[in-house]
Amino acid sequence: MSVSAVLEEEEKKSLEAREFGFWIYLMTDAIIFALLFATYVVLSKNSAAGPTSNELFDLRHTAGETALLLISSLTFGFASIAQRAGNQTHVVRWLIVTLLLGLGFLAMEMVEFQGMIAKGAGPDVSGFLSAFYTLIGTHGLHVAFGCLGIVVMIGQIQVKGLTQPVRSRVFRLGLFWHFLDIVWIGIFSVVYLPGVM
Amino acid sequence: MHRFADRPAARYIIGFALAVILTAIPFTVVGAGLLTGPPAYAVIAAGAVMQVIVHLVYFLHLDLKSTPVENVFFLGFAAVLIFIMVGGSLWIMTDLHHRMM
Repeated sequence: MSVSAVLEEEEKKSLEAREFGFWIYLMTDAIIFALLFATYVVLSKNSAAGPTSNELFDLRHTAGETALLLISSLTFGFASIAQRAGNQTHVVRWLIVTLLLGLGFLAMEMVEFQGMIAKGAGPDVSGFLSAFYTLIGTHGLHVAFGCLGIVVMIGQIQVKGLTQPVRSRVFRLGLFWHFLDIVWIGIFSVVYLPGVM
Repeated sequence: MHRFADRPAARYIIGFALAVILTAIPFTVVGAGLLTGPPAYAVIAAGAVMQVIVHLVYFLHLDLKSTPVENVFFLGFAAVLIFIMVGGSLWIMTDLHHRMM
Protein backbone atom coordinates (compact mmCIF):
# COMPACT_ATOMS: atom_id res chain seq x y z
CA MET A 1 0.00 0.00 0.00
CA SER A 2 1.32 3.45 -0.86
CA VAL A 3 1.96 6.03 1.85
CA SER A 4 -0.95 8.23 0.76
CA ALA A 5 -3.35 5.26 0.84
CA VAL A 6 -2.22 4.41 4.38
CA LEU A 7 -2.66 8.04 5.46
CA GLU A 8 -6.12 8.12 3.91
CA GLU A 9 -7.08 4.95 5.74
CA GLU A 10 -5.81 6.41 9.06
CA GLU A 11 -7.73 9.64 8.51
CA LYS A 12 -10.90 7.68 7.82
CA LYS A 13 -10.49 5.72 11.06
CA SER A 14 -9.83 8.88 13.05
CA LEU A 15 -12.95 10.54 11.62
CA GLU A 16 -15.04 7.45 12.44
CA ALA A 17 -13.76 7.61 16.02
CA ARG A 18 -14.79 11.27 16.21
CA GLU A 19 -18.26 10.45 14.92
CA PHE A 20 -18.61 7.81 17.62
CA GLY A 21 -17.31 10.26 20.25
CA PHE A 22 -19.83 12.83 19.10
CA TRP A 23 -22.59 10.24 19.39
CA ILE A 24 -21.54 9.59 23.02
CA TYR A 25 -21.66 13.35 23.65
CA LEU A 26 -25.21 13.47 22.22
CA MET A 27 -26.28 10.66 24.57
CA THR A 28 -24.90 12.56 27.59
CA ASP A 29 -26.76 15.63 26.37
CA ALA A 30 -29.93 13.53 26.13
CA ILE A 31 -29.46 12.58 29.79
CA ILE A 32 -29.05 16.25 30.81
CA PHE A 33 -32.25 17.18 28.97
CA ALA A 34 -34.12 14.18 30.43
CA LEU A 35 -33.25 15.35 33.95
CA LEU A 36 -34.31 18.93 33.16
CA PHE A 37 -37.60 17.46 31.90
CA ALA A 38 -38.03 15.49 35.14
CA THR A 39 -37.28 18.64 37.16
CA TYR A 40 -39.87 20.55 35.15
CA VAL A 41 -42.55 17.88 35.59
CA VAL A 42 -41.95 17.82 39.34
CA LEU A 43 -42.11 21.62 39.66
CA SER A 44 -44.67 22.44 36.95
CA LYS A 45 -47.61 22.80 39.37
CA ASN A 46 -45.64 24.87 41.91
CA SER A 47 -46.56 28.32 40.63
CA ALA A 48 -46.43 29.90 44.14
CA ALA A 49 -49.57 32.02 43.55
CA GLY A 50 -47.82 33.48 40.48
CA PRO A 51 -48.96 33.11 36.86
CA THR A 52 -49.67 29.51 35.77
CA SER A 53 -48.76 27.79 32.52
CA ASN A 54 -52.37 28.11 31.36
CA GLU A 55 -52.18 31.92 31.51
CA LEU A 56 -48.73 32.20 29.92
CA PHE A 57 -48.50 29.73 27.03
CA ASP A 58 -49.81 30.47 23.54
CA LEU A 59 -50.15 27.33 21.40
CA ARG A 60 -50.03 29.26 18.12
CA HIS A 61 -46.66 30.73 19.08
CA THR A 62 -45.38 27.25 20.01
CA ALA A 63 -46.71 25.86 16.72
CA GLY A 64 -44.74 28.57 14.86
CA GLU A 65 -41.52 27.69 16.70
CA THR A 66 -42.15 23.99 16.02
CA ALA A 67 -42.65 24.67 12.30
CA LEU A 68 -39.39 26.65 12.02
CA LEU A 69 -37.37 23.93 13.77
CA LEU A 70 -38.99 21.08 11.84
CA ILE A 71 -38.45 22.77 8.45
CA SER A 72 -34.83 23.49 9.45
CA SER A 73 -34.30 19.75 10.00
CA LEU A 74 -35.54 19.13 6.46
CA THR A 75 -33.28 21.84 4.98
CA PHE A 76 -30.26 20.44 6.87
CA GLY A 77 -31.20 17.09 5.34
CA PHE A 78 -31.06 18.70 1.88
CA ALA A 79 -27.60 20.10 2.76
CA SER A 80 -26.50 16.54 3.68
CA ILE A 81 -27.82 15.24 0.35
CA ALA A 82 -26.00 18.01 -1.55
CA GLN A 83 -22.84 17.11 0.37
CA ARG A 84 -23.10 13.46 -0.65
CA ALA A 85 -23.51 14.62 -4.24
CA GLY A 86 -20.42 16.84 -3.81
CA ASN A 87 -22.30 20.00 -4.76
CA GLN A 88 -20.55 22.70 -2.72
CA THR A 89 -22.80 25.61 -3.79
CA HIS A 90 -25.94 23.74 -2.79
CA VAL A 91 -24.49 22.67 0.57
CA VAL A 92 -23.75 26.32 1.43
CA ARG A 93 -27.15 27.46 0.16
CA TRP A 94 -29.09 24.92 2.26
CA LEU A 95 -26.92 25.65 5.31
CA ILE A 96 -27.78 29.35 4.98
CA VAL A 97 -31.51 28.52 4.78
CA THR A 98 -31.12 26.30 7.88
CA LEU A 99 -29.26 29.08 9.69
CA LEU A 100 -32.02 31.61 8.92
CA LEU A 101 -34.69 29.18 10.21
CA GLY A 102 -32.63 28.59 13.37
CA LEU A 103 -32.24 32.33 13.94
CA GLY A 104 -35.98 32.78 13.36
CA PHE A 105 -36.64 30.16 16.03
CA LEU A 106 -34.32 31.97 18.47
CA ALA A 107 -36.03 35.30 17.71
CA MET A 108 -39.45 33.77 18.47
CA GLU A 109 -38.11 32.35 21.72
CA MET A 110 -36.72 35.78 22.71
CA VAL A 111 -40.10 37.39 21.97
CA GLU A 112 -41.82 34.78 24.14
CA PHE A 113 -39.40 35.23 27.06
CA GLN A 114 -39.60 39.01 26.82
CA GLY A 115 -43.40 38.95 26.77
CA MET A 116 -43.51 36.65 29.79
CA ILE A 117 -41.02 38.75 31.78
CA ALA A 118 -43.01 41.90 30.89
CA LYS A 119 -46.11 40.17 32.35
CA GLY A 120 -44.23 39.61 35.62
CA ALA A 121 -43.41 35.96 34.91
CA GLY A 122 -39.62 35.96 35.17
CA PRO A 123 -37.51 32.97 36.24
CA ASP A 124 -37.41 34.14 39.89
CA VAL A 125 -41.20 34.11 40.41
CA SER A 126 -41.86 30.43 41.15
CA GLY A 127 -40.44 26.93 40.98
CA PHE A 128 -42.50 26.33 37.84
CA LEU A 129 -40.97 29.34 36.06
CA SER A 130 -37.41 28.55 37.22
CA ALA A 131 -37.72 25.05 35.77
CA PHE A 132 -39.37 26.42 32.60
CA TYR A 133 -36.63 28.95 31.83
CA THR A 134 -33.89 26.42 32.64
CA LEU A 135 -35.27 23.76 30.30
CA ILE A 136 -36.31 26.02 27.41
CA GLY A 137 -33.23 28.22 27.87
CA THR A 138 -30.86 25.23 27.73
CA HIS A 139 -32.47 24.10 24.48
CA GLY A 140 -32.30 27.67 23.10
CA LEU A 141 -28.62 27.86 24.03
CA HIS A 142 -28.01 24.62 22.12
CA VAL A 143 -29.79 26.04 19.05
CA ALA A 144 -27.66 29.20 19.35
CA PHE A 145 -24.47 27.08 19.39
CA GLY A 146 -25.84 25.10 16.45
CA CYS A 147 -26.28 28.39 14.52
CA LEU A 148 -22.70 29.36 15.41
CA GLY A 149 -21.61 25.92 14.18
CA ILE A 150 -23.37 26.48 10.85
CA VAL A 151 -21.63 29.86 10.41
CA VAL A 152 -18.24 28.25 11.14
CA MET A 153 -18.93 25.36 8.72
CA ILE A 154 -20.03 27.72 5.93
CA GLY A 155 -16.69 29.50 6.43
CA GLN A 156 -14.73 26.23 6.37
CA ILE A 157 -16.52 25.00 3.24
CA GLN A 158 -15.74 28.28 1.46
CA VAL A 159 -12.06 28.26 2.49
CA LYS A 160 -11.19 24.54 2.41
CA GLY A 161 -13.83 23.07 0.10
CA LEU A 162 -15.62 19.79 0.77
CA THR A 163 -12.57 17.90 2.07
CA GLN A 164 -12.99 14.69 4.08
CA PRO A 165 -12.58 16.38 7.53
CA VAL A 166 -15.00 19.17 6.55
CA ARG A 167 -17.60 16.62 5.41
CA SER A 168 -17.23 14.79 8.71
CA ARG A 169 -17.77 18.02 10.66
CA VAL A 170 -20.88 18.91 8.66
CA PHE A 171 -22.16 15.37 9.29
CA ARG A 172 -21.66 15.75 13.06
CA LEU A 173 -23.29 19.19 13.02
CA GLY A 174 -26.25 17.55 11.26
CA LEU A 175 -26.55 14.95 14.04
CA PHE A 176 -26.54 17.81 16.55
CA TRP A 177 -29.20 19.77 14.66
CA HIS A 178 -31.59 16.80 14.22
CA PHE A 179 -31.04 15.92 17.89
CA LEU A 180 -32.20 19.42 18.94
CA ASP A 181 -35.37 18.90 16.94
CA ILE A 182 -35.98 15.66 18.87
CA VAL A 183 -35.53 17.52 22.18
CA TRP A 184 -38.05 20.11 20.98
CA ILE A 185 -40.65 17.33 20.42
CA GLY A 186 -40.21 16.55 24.11
CA ILE A 187 -40.59 20.23 25.01
CA PHE A 188 -43.88 20.81 23.23
CA SER A 189 -45.21 17.43 24.44
CA VAL A 190 -44.20 17.86 28.08
CA VAL A 191 -44.27 21.65 28.59
CA TYR A 192 -46.57 23.47 26.17
CA LEU A 193 -49.37 21.03 25.30
CA PRO A 194 -50.07 19.82 28.88
CA GLY A 195 -49.45 23.42 30.04
CA VAL A 196 -52.46 24.86 28.19
CA MET A 197 -54.83 22.03 29.11
CA MET B 1 -39.35 5.07 -13.78
CA HIS B 2 -37.45 5.80 -10.59
CA ARG B 3 -39.06 4.57 -7.43
CA PHE B 4 -39.75 7.69 -5.37
CA ALA B 5 -38.67 6.06 -2.09
CA ASP B 6 -35.21 5.19 -3.49
CA ARG B 7 -34.19 8.82 -3.99
CA PRO B 8 -32.22 10.26 -1.04
CA ALA B 9 -34.38 13.40 -0.82
CA ALA B 10 -37.50 11.21 -0.61
CA ARG B 11 -36.49 9.81 2.77
CA TYR B 12 -36.25 13.30 4.24
CA ILE B 13 -39.54 14.37 2.67
CA ILE B 14 -41.36 11.24 3.92
CA GLY B 15 -39.89 11.81 7.40
CA PHE B 16 -40.89 15.47 7.30
CA ALA B 17 -44.46 14.66 6.22
CA LEU B 18 -44.83 12.07 9.00
CA ALA B 19 -43.39 14.57 11.53
CA VAL B 20 -45.86 17.26 10.41
CA ILE B 21 -48.80 14.85 10.80
CA LEU B 22 -47.59 13.62 14.20
CA THR B 23 -47.23 17.26 15.35
CA ALA B 24 -50.56 18.42 13.95
CA ILE B 25 -52.56 15.68 15.71
CA PRO B 26 -51.65 16.57 19.35
CA PHE B 27 -51.75 20.34 18.63
CA THR B 28 -55.24 20.02 17.14
CA VAL B 29 -56.49 17.74 19.92
CA VAL B 30 -55.28 20.12 22.64
CA GLY B 31 -55.80 23.42 20.77
CA ALA B 32 -59.40 22.65 19.80
CA GLY B 33 -60.09 21.01 23.17
CA LEU B 34 -61.22 17.75 21.53
CA LEU B 35 -59.95 15.72 24.49
CA THR B 36 -58.98 16.53 28.06
CA GLY B 37 -57.40 14.65 30.94
CA PRO B 38 -55.77 11.23 30.55
CA PRO B 39 -56.96 10.59 26.94
CA ALA B 40 -55.34 13.87 25.83
CA TYR B 41 -52.09 12.95 27.62
CA ALA B 42 -52.19 9.56 25.91
CA VAL B 43 -52.50 11.19 22.45
CA ILE B 44 -49.64 13.61 23.24
CA ALA B 45 -47.39 10.81 24.54
CA ALA B 46 -48.13 8.49 21.61
CA GLY B 47 -47.51 11.31 19.10
CA ALA B 48 -44.21 12.23 20.78
CA VAL B 49 -42.88 8.66 20.93
CA MET B 50 -43.81 7.98 17.30
CA GLN B 51 -42.31 11.26 16.15
CA VAL B 52 -39.00 10.63 17.99
CA ILE B 53 -38.82 7.26 16.20
CA VAL B 54 -39.58 8.96 12.85
CA HIS B 55 -36.77 11.47 13.47
CA LEU B 56 -34.29 8.75 14.48
CA VAL B 57 -35.10 6.64 11.41
CA TYR B 58 -35.58 9.27 8.68
CA PHE B 59 -33.30 12.14 9.81
CA LEU B 60 -30.58 10.43 11.87
CA HIS B 61 -30.71 7.31 9.63
CA LEU B 62 -30.69 4.97 12.58
CA ASP B 63 -31.40 1.37 11.72
CA LEU B 64 -30.19 -1.93 13.10
CA LYS B 65 -28.42 -2.98 9.90
CA SER B 66 -26.17 -0.04 8.93
CA THR B 67 -25.73 1.75 12.27
CA PRO B 68 -22.55 0.63 14.11
CA VAL B 69 -23.50 -1.66 16.98
CA GLU B 70 -21.63 0.58 19.47
CA ASN B 71 -23.92 3.51 18.66
CA VAL B 72 -27.06 1.42 19.18
CA PHE B 73 -25.52 0.09 22.41
CA PHE B 74 -24.91 3.62 23.71
CA LEU B 75 -28.42 4.72 22.72
CA GLY B 76 -29.79 1.81 24.74
CA PHE B 77 -27.48 2.59 27.67
CA ALA B 78 -28.60 6.24 27.68
CA ALA B 79 -32.25 5.11 27.52
CA VAL B 80 -31.74 2.86 30.58
CA LEU B 81 -30.04 5.68 32.52
CA ILE B 82 -32.82 8.10 31.58
CA PHE B 83 -35.47 5.57 32.59
CA ILE B 84 -33.86 5.01 36.01
CA MET B 85 -33.17 8.69 36.76
CA VAL B 86 -36.36 10.24 35.35
CA GLY B 87 -38.63 7.40 36.45
CA GLY B 88 -37.01 7.31 39.88
CA SER B 89 -37.27 11.10 40.37
CA LEU B 90 -40.93 11.17 39.39
CA TRP B 91 -41.74 8.15 41.56
CA ILE B 92 -40.04 9.64 44.63
CA MET B 93 -41.47 13.12 44.13
CA THR B 94 -45.09 12.03 43.59
CA ASP B 95 -44.78 9.78 46.64
CA LEU B 96 -43.52 12.79 48.60
CA HIS B 97 -46.46 14.91 47.40
CA HIS B 98 -48.88 12.26 48.71
CA ARG B 99 -47.21 12.18 52.11
CA MET B 100 -47.31 15.97 52.42
CA MET B 101 -51.04 16.15 51.69
